[in-house]
Amino acid sequence: MNWFDDWGITLTVFIPIVGAIIVLLIPKGEEETIKGVALLTSLVTLGFAIGLMAEFDYDDTAKLQFDVNTSWIDVINSRYHVAIDGISLPLVLLSALIIVLCIVYSWNHFPEPHNPKALLALMLVLETGMIGTFVAQDLILFFIFFEVVLLPMYFMIGVWGGKNREYASIKFFLFTLFGSALMLLSFLAVYFSSKDPLTGQHTFDIVTLSTAGVLDVSKTAAVVMFGGMFLGFGIKVPMFPFHTWLPDAHTEAPTVGSVILAAVLLKLGTYGFIRVALPILPEGAQEWAPYIGLLAVIGIIYGALNCLAQKDVKRLIAFSSVAHMGFVMLGIATLTSAGINAAVFGMVAHGLITGLLFFIAGSMQERYHTREMSRLGGLLISAPKMGWILGFTAMASLGLPGLAGFWGEFPAILAAYEPLSVLSEETFRTYMVIAAVGTVLAAAYLLVMYQRVAMGEVPEEFKDEHIHDVHGPEWIAWAPMLILILALGVFPKLLFGITDDAVKHVTDGIATALNATSK
Amino acid sequence: MLSVGIPAPDIDYHALAPEIVVAGTILLILLVDLIFGDRARAHASRIAAFGVLGALIPVLTLGADGGDVSMFNGTFVVDNFALVMKAFFLIVTYLVILVSVDSMSESDVAEPEYYLMTLTALLGMMVMGSSRDLITIFVALETISIPTYLLAGWKKHEHKSNEAMLKYFVFGVLSSAVMLYGMSLVYGATGSTLLSVIAEGPRTDLGQDLGTVMNVGIFLTLVGFAFKVSAVPFHFWTPDTYEGAPTPVTAFLSVASKAGGMVAIFSLIYVGFYGRTDAWQPIIWVMAALSMTVGNMIATKQTNIVRMLAYSSIAQAGFMLVPFAVAPEDGLNSYQSAFSATVIYMLIYGAMNIGAFATLMAIARRTRSGEISSFAGLFSYAPTLAMMMSIFLMSLAGVPIFAGWFAKFVMFQATIDGGTGMAYALGIVAAVNSVIAFFYYGNVIRLMFFREPTVEDRSPIRVPTALGAAIALCAITTVAVGIYPELFARLGERTPF
Repeated sequence: MNWFDDWGITLTVFIPIVGAIIVLLIPKGEEETIKGVALLTSLVTLGFAIGLMAEFDYDDTAKLQFDVNTSWIDVINSRYHVAIDGISLPLVLLSALIIVLCIVYSWNHFPEPHNPKALLALMLVLETGMIGTFVAQDLILFFIFFEVVLLPMYFMIGVWGGKNREYASIKFFLFTLFGSALMLLSFLAVYFSSKDPLTGQHTFDIVTLSTAGVLDVSKTAAVVMFGGMFLGFGIKVPMFPFHTWLPDAHTEAPTVGSVILAAVLLKLGTYGFIRVALPILPEGAQEWAPYIGLLAVIGIIYGALNCLAQKDVKRLIAFSSVAHMGFVMLGIATLTSAGINAAVFGMVAHGLITGLLFFIAGSMQERYHTREMSRLGGLLISAPKMGWILGFTAMASLGLPGLAGFWGEFPAILAAYEPLSVLSEETFRTYMVIAAVGTVLAAAYLLVMYQRVAMGEVPEEFKDEHIHDVHGPEWIAWAPMLILILALGVFPKLLFGITDDAVKHVTDGIATALNATSK
Repeated sequence: MLSVGIPAPDIDYHALAPEIVVAGTILLILLVDLIFGDRARAHASRIAAFGVLGALIPVLTLGADGGDVSMFNGTFVVDNFALVMKAFFLIVTYLVILVSVDSMSESDVAEPEYYLMTLTALLGMMVMGSSRDLITIFVALETISIPTYLLAGWKKHEHKSNEAMLKYFVFGVLSSAVMLYGMSLVYGATGSTLLSVIAEGPRTDLGQDLGTVMNVGIFLTLVGFAFKVSAVPFHFWTPDTYEGAPTPVTAFLSVASKAGGMVAIFSLIYVGFYGRTDAWQPIIWVMAALSMTVGNMIATKQTNIVRMLAYSSIAQAGFMLVPFAVAPEDGLNSYQSAFSATVIYMLIYGAMNIGAFATLMAIARRTRSGEISSFAGLFSYAPTLAMMMSIFLMSLAGVPIFAGWFAKFVMFQATIDGGTGMAYALGIVAAVNSVIAFFYYGNVIRLMFFREPTVEDRSPIRVPTALGAAIALCAITTVAVGIYPELFARLGERTPF
């Protein structure tokens, strides 16, 4: 399997875009062929991702595997460097899986204005961007992939979205663009302050830059550069107070758009912190960590309170994302391996759980033609299977032990008890208490939502309507997510086992750079 | 036997071959038109196209040869920079010919003369690439300008086209006069028209300080070229001229003619005036900042697509000027990143802007309108054209993975490399403007994709082969360079001027 070591990642990244081009070349009328090609492409990509998983060396997850490093843009010393370690692997798999599920889910009901050809092509382009971001080990390559996801999502919201789609899509685009412009400036500043010990030139290589001594910057400069990256990644996460694009985008996006957005796109931001910002600028991270932690817990509480006030199911789930990503960011802000392990777990868990919640919300909207909770009710009577699935997912989302959500939140709170030794313990313990209150609120809003939607009598207006229970494509799309939520919940080592060494590698680097003791 | 004492110049015919081929093609078109008249009308475009491609061959062989050639006492130099620019002008002109073929043969305007004028302007641009002397630069500039004045008024029965020509002409002549005056001052202060001698600074043998005279000369000369590249505040002719001129001519003006002016600024600044940074750098700084800001601000308010692209081209000129304004002044070897930034920006801008104009022409065959609102719902009946247009507009806005991102990237790199507070400040102005620019480019895309069509006829648009080929070439370049910028990056490297 020697060729696989060299080509495995590259093929996983670029097969989707080749598929997208093939889809575009098929005449519009032949919908079955288009859907077939798109599904096949996503399955082949998933196959390659699983191949990476199978060939991955689990004894050394901190090591970058399937490493490919060849010349790309020589004039700026930017190279095509891709590789995966224990942090990337789960996210690559998640991305590849979610796209397959989204294609299956949309099989028979494409949102208005229909046009499966364009929607499927966009989904495949998105897949390339997402997987590419998770494997890139060069700042410019990372930036390009990070930006590639922007346009397809913009079109997805703008063309297939709800009533307010134009506003939501442009808001999404401008917020993210603003963040990435500043992020790019930070990347450039990093580049010009760096010196590759091997070549003596500036470098964009993330691995090299993460090595001590490559980057020669004063503490102030590090803080400023980290600030640029913080905006770029923070807007994507999104962190309070940059989160305002998220509820609009989620509410207006078509179901698959919401799912991809929640399941994967938000993770690009948190992943960026773990892969790029923290290892390259540990000093900046140290100064920023208390503020990131503060914004994270504000996000947790603010998101939860907003959830309590929502009338629209999708908007509620969107705000719950703000809260959940707050836990992830709190974990990252501790700069400890416990916290970042929790963050990676939280990313995957949130991807599965919130993705599934958006699927269900979309299916409900299709059946009831409304997302207003006050008009809904009695889902357990009219479509009991869907009602139970919603209940299961809501429980997972509120962090019930035994389901995946728990392992993202609980360890993050625990990690805040003991942040990296250079950070203030009092501050983070305060955050810990606030975050713990957030879990109670999460239980409140999710249960209230479940009560209103699923319990009680079927409302008058839907009494005579036939509400179809979960159908074929939905089962196929949802079953893997349900299984994974349960499996990861019961046996979290499935994921922690992969991420732990890789995360330790990152946090050890930070701790050494800061002369701190990681507890 | 009368001896005039002037030895015949050594001529390297290989180095001159590209210009000779173009000049020969011009004469051929003229002769064919003279002899065969209307019967050969349709052949003019083919002769022109083959002539342009033919001229590309010696450019390539010269490039393979390497080695610089200097002729006519150093006024005409063939180095890598000159060759890159010549190849660029030839390819741009070829694309413009492709774009013109159908629209010219379908209208009732003089056809052979159109290609004659285009190729004459091309000849001027090619000479400009090699000019290292004030007089040669001026002659090259006028060889570009005079045919383009005529081209702007090519639709002679149309009121707007006449207006376009007149405005362009009056502004052009005025700026030529100002520039010539500036050049005469520079000549007076340095005693030479050769840029390499001018680089040594004002002469001292007269016992006077001529520094001020030279600075005024530099200022006036640059003002003349600021007009050519339509930098604010010398841009007033641009929107009206672009709107009134036939669209292929507008594409030609906005890319080739602008690049011609840019090339002159290159030789003037990096060869002639480099030692006097404090005389020109503040001027360029202000022009760059104003062009980006004013161009973008006004572009957001436009309702006509050509006018919008006109203002966007003003802003793009501002981006191209940024590296000049931040080029570090400590010695000739340190401006590499600034130098290559503008060259790369120019090459990429050529591909994406011609592509935008070509797509616009294809769309206008149906909508018969330049109003941005007529683009509504294009995606529903002409999805390919809508996608092409989006590629070019996104690229102009600088969104990865289209080539424009790399153009913007090298520009930002130059500002950080500049390293001064003023350089960073200009970088921030450019960053803010990049986001503003997205707004109006994005607006067109929004209309094309998110709105219902307003036109009655929603059958697919038939695109003529030549026009389609031009669009495809530009799109392929835009995407390929965006994914693998190394294709263009090497071309921007500095040759020892």
